[in-house]
Amino acid sequence: MAKQIDDETMENVCILAKLSLTEEEKEKAKADMQKMLDYVDKLDELDTSGVEPMSHIFEDENVFREDVVTNGDNREAMLANAPKKKEGQYQVPKTIG
Amino acid sequence: MELESMTALELAKKIKQRQVSVLDGVKSVFARIEKREDRVHAYLDTYRKEAYTRARQVEKGIADGTYTGPLAGVPIAVKDNICIKGKTTTCASRILENFVPQYNAEVVDRLEKAGMIVIGKTNMDEFAMGSTTETSAFGVTRNPWDPGHVPGGSSGGSCAAVAAEEAFLALGSDTGGSIRQPSSFCGVTGLKPTYGTVSRYGLVAYASSLDQIGPIGKNTADCAALLEVIAGHDPKDSTSIKREDLDFSASMTGKIVGMKFGVPTEYLAAGLNPEVKDAFMEALKILTQMGAIVEFFSMKTTEYMIPAYYIIASAEASSNLERFDGVKYGYRATDYEGLHDMYRRTRTQGFGEEVKRRIMLGSFVLSSGYYDAYYLKALRTKALIKREFDQAFEKYDVILAPAAPYTAPELGKSLQDPLAMYLGDIYTVAVNLCGLPGISVPCGKDESGLPIGIQMIGDCFQEKKILRAAGAFEKGRGDFGTAKMGGDRG
Amino acid sequence: MKQYETVIGLEVHVELATKTKIFCGCSTEFGGAPNTHTCPVCTGMPGSLPVLNRRVVEFAIRAGVACNCHIHQYCKFDRKNYFYPDNPQNYQISQLYLPICYDGAVEIETSGGKKTVRIHEMHMEEDAGKLIHDEWEDSSLVDFNRSGVPLIEIVSEPDMRSAEEVIAYLEKLRCTMQYLEVSDCKLQEGSMRADVNLSVREVGSDVYGTRTEMKNLNSFKAIARAIEGERERQIELLEEGKKVVQETRRWDDNKEASHAMRSKEDAKDYRYFPDPDLPPIHISDQWIREIREQLPELREAKRARYQEEYGLPAYDAGILTESRHLSNLFEETAVLSGNAKKTANWFMVEVLRLMKERGMEPDQVNFTPQHLADLLSMMEKKEISAQNARKVFEKIFGEDIEPVSYIEENGLKIVEDAGLLETTVARIVEDNPGPLSELLGGKEKVMGFFVGQIMRQMKGKANPDSVRAALNKEIEKRREG
Repeated sequence: MAKQIDDETMENVCILAKLSLTEEEKEKAKADMQKMLDYVDKLDELDTSGVEPMSHIFEDENVFREDVVTNGDNREAMLANAPKKKEGQYQVPKTIG
Repeated sequence: MELESMTALELAKKIKQRQVSVLDGVKSVFARIEKREDRVHAYLDTYRKEAYTRARQVEKGIADGTYTGPLAGVPIAVKDNICIKGKTTTCASRILENFVPQYNAEVVDRLEKAGMIVIGKTNMDEFAMGSTTETSAFGVTRNPWDPGHVPGGSSGGSCAAVAAEEAFLALGSDTGGSIRQPSSFCGVTGLKPTYGTVSRYGLVAYASSLDQIGPIGKNTADCAALLEVIAGHDPKDSTSIKREDLDFSASMTGKIVGMKFGVPTEYLAAGLNPEVKDAFMEALKILTQMGAIVEFFSMKTTEYMIPAYYIIASAEASSNLERFDGVKYGYRATDYEGLHDMYRRTRTQGFGEEVKRRIMLGSFVLSSGYYDAYYLKALRTKALIKREFDQAFEKYDVILAPAAPYTAPELGKSLQDPLAMYLGDIYTVAVNLCGLPGISVPCGKDESGLPIGIQMIGDCFQEKKILRAAGAFEKGRGDFGTAKMGGDRG
Repeated sequence: MKQYETVIGLEVHVELATKTKIFCGCSTEFGGAPNTHTCPVCTGMPGSLPVLNRRVVEFAIRAGVACNCHIHQYCKFDRKNYFYPDNPQNYQISQLYLPICYDGAVEIETSGGKKTVRIHEMHMEEDAGKLIHDEWEDSSLVDFNRSGVPLIEIVSEPDMRSAEEVIAYLEKLRCTMQYLEVSDCKLQEGSMRADVNLSVREVGSDVYGTRTEMKNLNSFKAIARAIEGERERQIELLEEGKKVVQETRRWDDNKEASHAMRSKEDAKDYRYFPDPDLPPIHISDQWIREIREQLPELREAKRARYQEEYGLPAYDAGILTESRHLSNLFEETAVLSGNAKKTANWFMVEVLRLMKERGMEPDQVNFTPQHLADLLSMMEKKEISAQNARKVFEKIFGEDIEPVSYIEENGLKIVEDAGLLETTVARIVEDNPGPLSELLGGKEKVMGFFVGQIMRQMKGKANPDSVRAALNKEIEKRREG
């Protein structure tokens, strides 16, 4: 049996994902996630003991760059899309001291 | 033959022989776009003016030897999750509605170096999450073979553009079948390369360990030629692989005598639409007749592929999409109280339902207490799936599968039941989990005339084998025909 | 009242002294205008991808080896997911599951003697950007220049029991990192930062109490105060029968108090998972061996060598090796001057004095060793008086002037003009009948007064020995006369 998705879990997920749901949406999201988790529970049938989790398909070679400065001042380009900016910086609602 | 009905290689050849100008080629696709786009809606944006200017440049470049490649002068459409400097790149999402990248994706640089002409950005499922192109925030794309049906997804716009002859070629991206499935639905050819073959730099990430950019064209040869253009090591992408065997077109000898094909019996079980199955079996017959050996074998991990895929893809997506927060680019909600409220409102208003669904699932499977049970379990399952494919490739050159269990669904019928939609990815997701190359080639049509594709899957780095098989199969199959859209304007 | 013991573990962030950021080719230079050292990668632009700076791995191994750590020869980067505007991707690329270095130890020395502090792990990660608060608009402004600067986080075991031990440990780490040249560890620029994990327990107990994590500690003094403050706060809670809550607290050094950083939106669930954009790193035996072989002489070895080779007292050797930079200056000067002992004396007296007067850190001292060596050798040859040499050194210390020509140009060189000296001595003695009679009356101390007067008159250009001789001669003359 999959974990039962309750309101508290949904709220926690919303905090993590920075999303807000209306009551109606929350019910739908709960049901969708429950259905999905019940379905993926199928994996429990599979014996994976002793199997290493495979995070990367190819991992034989080291991939490095050398410590050489290649970028100059890109400030204008980097700020071009900012919804709010001020004095060459991205402007955001006040963060807690 | 009308210009727009040529393959990309045919057009390029005519250009090279000076029978056709580069501008003529570009004009022909824009003429076709004008005629059909109101019914297809393959594009989110087109660049007619720039394309004309660029066509003149390329014309000169071909004449002076700057552009010598086999696709010089060919117009191409690009999926809207691939960054083009100075061009809005939306991923079909409200949250990126106004995002204009200040850099090119590596593939876009490569297209330019090859003398190709980008004519526009194609529609897609929002952030490539979906199988129908209906999750786009900017309207659906219709299947050129029947506008009442979806083109598939997530690269639905790219596949529909090629199918409607609104582009000679297109780039798509494939995370769980997003090139192969819409190619199948739209009666075009689409290839997902081995992971790491095409740089992901500038591809807006959905699931980084699974995403690959790939070619979509009218036939296998066009796909091989485009793959040659876009493949190659890129130091900007740490997962990019140094390969030398990139002369894909050379592999298309047309000969498959003695080549060994394996078909997982589980892929033909319940759930596969009988018409699709018939077309698939018919294709096997053609291959056999051409001298190939086709055998059935058991792929025991089949039923675990979709669960493993959706856990891994959602987990990565939840992290990859965290950067869309209203701070640096894209949409920011207008009314908010404080930082976290800004985050929540921006993301709640900016993302569509399917994207939110996957972000929530992904956040959950990575969260404290569930990481081992879901995420690590999925990674272990992935290892077992990979092991089973490795074993299969000890016996077979190519594994065959349908591209999808059914033909293109009607518009508006898929999104109500997300899980049912996910199950439609059964034949495609393992290819991404295991980093394999796969190609979908048209192999038949259902009773209503909707295309069906056969998928050919190779071991890692064996694009040449699947291209050889696909090219040969095309010959054996004969002309597939194109989408006839009655009532073309003009 | 019960006796309590403080149990402290540290998480120390050290910014690595690479030229470029950890995952992109942007400069790490400190102090540029906001966002001028940024690119799509370190501002989290869609489609950008990280590529690991080889030097970061090298520095991390070097630091690990020097702190007696084991190396995970197969290690990975993980994403730490949390939303904050200084974190452009809203995940930080760090290492949780397979940190590059683990199970090390360093030895510290306090008034209580020597002690080993174990190191749990060192991992590589990227720094965040900088937030400044814009009071005019009640908003915050983000500068990503620091975003992506490489860090190693050094996590100790809870082996420290006092602020003194904590400071000794931090100084040990700072000194080691500076010697290794992997970081300049400047607290004021934030290139070394410490978070303090602290709990208290009754003396004799072998279980740890509930710990808190203290952040925002910008100086060694603040760390010491925060430790005292937090220790007292926790003991007070326990004495009142309350419980310590496991939480992160922010130290306010002005108020000398901390407050909990609690928020509903901080779920503290970082959802770490392996970063799919970065393949795992394989560290070969050979690579580790090469780094080990190239490890520079560390402070302990250098201190012992100074005592043995230069015959310096332990105290002096300790001071001179505190900063690698200063020890380098000392050693180069010593070699050039050919007199280590004199050089050491000069450093212990003159260099330290000027540093103190000018409020400088050892790393800020900068002059050409040849300049001081030349000055020392001129003193040795009695070509300049000690008094003038000190003045010249101030110029070397401050402006790095070239002493030989400076001394020449400013007429500070001792000139052996016997005639001039004789008349000067005669005049000074003549002009000071009082002291003269004292001297003649047997007050030898007055000699010093005359020498000083004569030297002043000669503008320091006389050789003190010659002055003394000429003076003696003059006095003898008077005595006889």
